[in-house]
Amino acid sequence: MTPLAQSIGVTRRFRHLVAVDGVDLRVDPGEVVGLLGANGAGKTTLIRMLLGLLPASDGRVLLFGRPPSRETRRRIGYVPQGLGLYDDLTPLENLAFARAAFGGALGELPAQVRPLARIPVGRLPLGVQRRVAFAQALAHGPDLLVLDEPTSGVDPLARARLWETIRGAAEAGAGVLVTTHHMDEAEECDRLVVMAQGRVVGEGSVEEIVGGARVVVVESPEWERALEALEGAGLSAALVGRTLRVPSTGVEEVGHALDGVPAILGEAGATLEERFLELTLAGTAA
Amino acid sequence: MTFGVRGVTVRFGDHVALDDVTLEAPPGRVTGVVGGDGSGKTTLLRVLAGALSPDAGEVRRPDPGRIGYLASGSGTYPDLTVDENLVFVATAYGVHASEVARRSGGYLERIGLAGARDRLAGHLSGGMRQRLGVICAMVHRPELLVLDEPTTGIDPVSRADLWWLIARAAAGGAAVVLSTSYLDEAERAASLLVLDRGGSLAAGTPEEIAAAVPGTVRRLRERPGGGLAGRAWRRGARWFAWEPPGSPPGEGEVVRPTLHEAVTVAALARELEAVGGGAP
Repeated sequence: MTPLAQSIGVTRRFRHLVAVDGVDLRVDPGEVVGLLGANGAGKTTLIRMLLGLLPASDGRVLLFGRPPSRETRRRIGYVPQGLGLYDDLTPLENLAFARAAFGGALGELPAQVRPLARIPVGRLPLGVQRRVAFAQALAHGPDLLVLDEPTSGVDPLARARLWETIRGAAEAGAGVLVTTHHMDEAEECDRLVVMAQGRVVGEGSVEEIVGGARVVVVESPEWERALEALEGAGLSAALVGRTLRVPSTGVEEVGHALDGVPAILGEAGATLEERFLELTLAGTAA
Repeated sequence: MTFGVRGVTVRFGDHVALDDVTLEAPPGRVTGVVGGDGSGKTTLLRVLAGALSPDAGEVRRPDPGRIGYLASGSGTYPDLTVDENLVFVATAYGVHASEVARRSGGYLERIGLAGARDRLAGHLSGGMRQRLGVICAMVHRPELLVLDEPTTGIDPVSRADLWWLIARAAAGGAAVVLSTSYLDEAERAASLLVLDRGGSLAAGTPEEIAAAVPGTVRRLRERPGGGLAGRAWRRGARWFAWEPPGSPPGEGEVVRPTLHEAVTVAALARELEAVGGGAP
């Protein structure tokens, strides 16, 4: 199977800065790949190379098995974080404008959005605006969808509905590349690629990335003192409810660090966010 | 003292932005307000912070000088440097400039802003600006710290730093109230209020909200057809469906709802009520 998008050992340098450093990535038909990374990890640079907007310094980028060109560009649907809609135009006018500008078919609005098709986009709820942006990006039947934080800012039900559209496109054979800062959204993807300092530092399903990573859970009636003690000992602790979660350590070390502060210690599997931070910090230190 | 609002309603013309909403914000704890765009989060936080008077209901808050408030979209001054922002805000609250340096130095160091003290806030990245905004809101050690979507649009590393600051404020005894549209983040709060179109959808600890789901949630193998389609949703590769209390049991394995499922069910129930007059 020819990957829809593929980077092979791709590197991009800006003078002395190596923004992307030997990255292999592929998106196959029918799969949803999530790209995670802190700011400066190289995600945007990688995507710009994949879209053919920026040449690679080294390595190769292939879209649909060929180097990026105007021809391959036509087969991509892109929804930026800002959505790329005109606020003063209605959903229907936006779709008509997109067709006039880029050709292809007129985008089809989902049934729930149709009653709102004649209201200016700027006055519609964000969830509806996002569905219009999806309809616009899907109008020309793209083989590859690139989505930047596709469901940011909406409630869980609206998020589930947006993901049905994304899943529908994947089930029809499109490949989807999603960039996000939010683990709720990352957990919707089939496969994740985690970048730090321009490199891939983790790859696989959520379960594969989290792997056996554990955190120490500290329950203390005096969590404020416990926090103080842990930080004093150089451990980073995150407050969740009234418990503290300490990554990259063990129960014994935490017990020493607490130095007499009353607490019950236990262990729990790390969350994707905790594992992500661990990978990012390790990648940054390297 | 526990701060908060009771039975608060806010109207903008014909639009009811908040409808009889109650929120408790105990000291030394983080209270989360979660909801999507248009849910009323910002209106509620403005009422709590004293930036907006409600049409009905009661608000308990400390004196204005003891409140820290970060409006959504970062409350920093772009034409002032990081240090100038801190001194300006703190001085307005009567904190001496020398004291500002003492209080903020450790924070700036910990969250990676120490090297940026002389940079204009307008030249900082979104994540850095947001971190500065939170420090500005807490440098006078408020009893009530209100943060409107402090982590929206910023990366996970900045978010971890922000939560470090939030934990610091709570550890210092402040009642912290923050809003977010993400449930995984909301789960970190000690208690939560879930808002939907101006109304309260659920409230309690994340565990209480998850346990309070009416009826049954089932996990399905694939997208259901027929009448169930309107009560089903997808998360990743999994399908879920909700059966309201009293409905005949369907297929699929019964699952214990997480906060995520609970909030989805509450939104579904409300939506079905709006279209179908209550009958599932």
